[in-house]
Amino acid sequence: MTDIDVSRLAASGRAGEPTELAGRARRFGVWYYAETSLRSMRAYLWTVVAVGVGQPLFYLVALGVGLGALVSANGQTVDGVSYLVFVAPAVMVATIVAAASGELTYPVMAGFRWRRTYYGPAATPVTPAQISLGHLLAVTLRFVAQAIVFWLFMLAFGATSSPWSWLTVPIAALSAVAFGAPLQAYAATLKRDGMAFNFVQRFIVMPMMLFSGTYFPLSTMPTYLQWIGWISPVWHGTQLARWASYGLREPAWLVVVHVLVLVTMAVVGAALSCRFYTRRLTR
Amino acid sequence: MGGGQANATRQESVSCAPYAAVVTSEELVIRARGLTKAYGDFVAVDGIDFDVRRGESFGLLGPNGAGKSTTMRMIGGTLGRTAGELSVVGLDPETQGPQVRAHLGVVPQQDNLDDDLKVRENLIMYGRYFGLPRSYLVPKSAELLEFAQLTDKASARVDDLSGGMKRRLTIARGLVNEPEVLLLDEPTTGLDPQARHTLWDRLFRLKEAGVTLIVTTHFMDEAEQLCDRLIVIDKGTIMAEGSPAQLIRQYSTREVLELRFGSQRNAQVVAQLEGLAERIEVLPDRILLYSADGEATLERVSGAGLHPVTSLVRRSSLEDVFLRLTGRTLVD
Amino acid sequence: MSRELSPTQLAVERLARPRPAPGIWSGNMVAVLERGWQAIKTQNWGIIISGFFEPVLYLLAMGWGLGALVGEVEGPGGAKVSYAAYIAPAMLATSAMNGAIYDSTMNVFFKLNFGKLYQAMLQTSLGPLDVALGEIMLALFRGLLYAVAFLAVMAALGLATSWWALLMVPAAVLIAFGFAAVGMGVTSFAQRFQQLDLIMFAMLPMFLFSATLYPISVYPSAVQLFIQALPLWHGVELMRHLAVGHLTWATLGHATYFTAMTALGLWVTTVRMRKLFLR
Repeated sequence: MTDIDVSRLAASGRAGEPTELAGRARRFGVWYYAETSLRSMRAYLWTVVAVGVGQPLFYLVALGVGLGALVSANGQTVDGVSYLVFVAPAVMVATIVAAASGELTYPVMAGFRWRRTYYGPAATPVTPAQISLGHLLAVTLRFVAQAIVFWLFMLAFGATSSPWSWLTVPIAALSAVAFGAPLQAYAATLKRDGMAFNFVQRFIVMPMMLFSGTYFPLSTMPTYLQWIGWISPVWHGTQLARWASYGLREPAWLVVVHVLVLVTMAVVGAALSCRFYTRRLTR
Repeated sequence: MGGGQANATRQESVSCAPYAAVVTSEELVIRARGLTKAYGDFVAVDGIDFDVRRGESFGLLGPNGAGKSTTMRMIGGTLGRTAGELSVVGLDPETQGPQVRAHLGVVPQQDNLDDDLKVRENLIMYGRYFGLPRSYLVPKSAELLEFAQLTDKASARVDDLSGGMKRRLTIARGLVNEPEVLLLDEPTTGLDPQARHTLWDRLFRLKEAGVTLIVTTHFMDEAEQLCDRLIVIDKGTIMAEGSPAQLIRQYSTREVLELRFGSQRNAQVVAQLEGLAERIEVLPDRILLYSADGEATLERVSGAGLHPVTSLVRRSSLEDVFLRLTGRTLVD
Repeated sequence: MSRELSPTQLAVERLARPRPAPGIWSGNMVAVLERGWQAIKTQNWGIIISGFFEPVLYLLAMGWGLGALVGEVEGPGGAKVSYAAYIAPAMLATSAMNGAIYDSTMNVFFKLNFGKLYQAMLQTSLGPLDVALGEIMLALFRGLLYAVAFLAVMAALGLATSWWALLMVPAAVLIAFGFAAVGMGVTSFAQRFQQLDLIMFAMLPMFLFSATLYPISVYPSAVQLFIQALPLWHGVELMRHLAVGHLTWATLGHATYFTAMTALGLWVTTVRMRKLFLR
């Protein structure tokens, strides 16, 4: 205890000037928080790996091969391709969006309330907006990794043939951010426990997964239900992924619309999230 | 919940009659011999012996991690023991847990109130866990709210209570079954001074009403205020036993002089202080001089040409007892 | 023995009487149920009701959307049924499984380690077995409500074609009981949250491969045998038989499977009770 040279502890000169530190935080703050966030993900690394490898494997076998056998036994092809080819890019988008609904709900609540992990960095030169974007960046990296694994499984199953199929990776990640960023903003506004997330899960995520043209074309649904797809990032992402994966015949203007919708959702969500983080952490 | 709530707000203070002792006429409420709890290589409680008599107020004093809470949980039968004997109201808590706990009121270190229920419901539901009927619990909960000064918070959410209020509610809840023995684990840790005094007053009244109190604490003043008798525990073993006054008499002097010379100089001046007091303890931030008359000692220090930055004369406390026994301070 | 005993003395007296497992059981499970009911009353009802939507949405999406692609499928006894009628019983069995597993693993583990409710309960004269059984019963009650509602939807859509379908409700409770009992036993071995995450994750392949969405005849026979050893397959088959009133010895076999699973789970849970609660 008395061995410590307190004067050196208080001012060794190695830490750098405050203005220099602030400048560094201004430039790299997002990455600093993303690093923290990624490190905390190591606590459940094995779950991430199991989900990342298990999901594509199970879904492709069950839906593509198992269910696909029923569809072809019924003499049906979808969209001119086998059920496996039809369903694979869609399930890729859907599972990665589902991961976003996990990563950007409870962990956000934990950051503000349960574990208060946001408050430490907020006391440094790193800004609340950078914390918000840093968290988003970290989970986006997870989505990209997950998407790459899924894409490799698709190749292995022969579920995709196009040389452009690698585009499904950024498409799936973008879809996840398009859904995740607004969700993160919403989670940042919640004061009390995580009950609201159960609602999100059951009344938004579930219907979105089932009615976004993932397992069957949107057009087979009655018209009065098709709007669910139009407002769903899963549907826009799915259509793009099919276009890249097997050349779904989608008019050019619609492809542009899909991209625009996803990018708009992501940007607006991230902007709102920055605002809500700032409001809450500087209150 | 039935219609019995109409009379729940009637003005009635808690009954001060001694809580009925049902089981046996024997004097010992708790008897521990060689009580041991080990987690692998780590021995949390290392073969301790103690008795608690009916109606007395008994303290377990020691720093964090001394084994106090572990001992408390073994008494309640919510933690098994590794070795030794333990009898609570004449029963073995490990094999008769539910029956033993029917005699106990437990106030844990951290409040574990039910956030999903309102304040009054917390008391009633807790009583239901003891198998008590609502006809008893509805008026009882009103009495307990009165006792805990929470009558106007009866329908509040637990989340909205202050720390002191939660603590009082937890204590009131522990009384719902009119226990013979109330176990209080660090009852005032984390409370502001005023809330502590309110709480001590409530506990003192319970003691007067004949409830056996078992209190763990690392606060000296708390132990001195509440306990008739206490054991000092460190690293799972008992260092000393007696009343606060006895312990101070035995292990310390009447008064203590605290001196500060600044962090660099404390160690240097010790040699010069040698012989000025019965005993000297050097702490990182200050020097303690033990003697019957602190003022006289201070004069002698000045006489020796030493001028401390600050000086303070005070009565000896259990803190000094602990320092003497272990060579360490209690709160660190 | 004419002395007047106060309520607290009576409570003490009652616990002094001999009973099985006196160290871990007080015979007052009812209080745990009461607490569950009290908590539900002050909670959001929407969350209880929402649990029912999941299987219904699945049924609508898969039954109709996918049904258009799949057409008719061979049901129990070889009769052709619509795809919606084929998957509806499977959805009910799966939702019984998911609810029970979630309640007995994640929920219990969270309350044990982070929540303070069990800690408070175990300070009273309740024993851990009262708490565990009470928790299972609450989960079953919720499962019962969902099963009744789901069956009503099935009937309204014309997917339940036999009076035997009424037995799907108790069957759902039996399936939930089996999973909840085993889930509670498994939880007693869990050290960390992430381990339970993996259990939840293991539910996914079981759901996908247990003849829920398509018959297991598409698999090689070795794989079929493996799936037939898993509990969900038995649950799905049991439900399918009841839905159309196709009752055979196999139906009884499936029910027996779950009875045995329940007994095994409860046995492990009781034996592990101290490990689970008294650490």
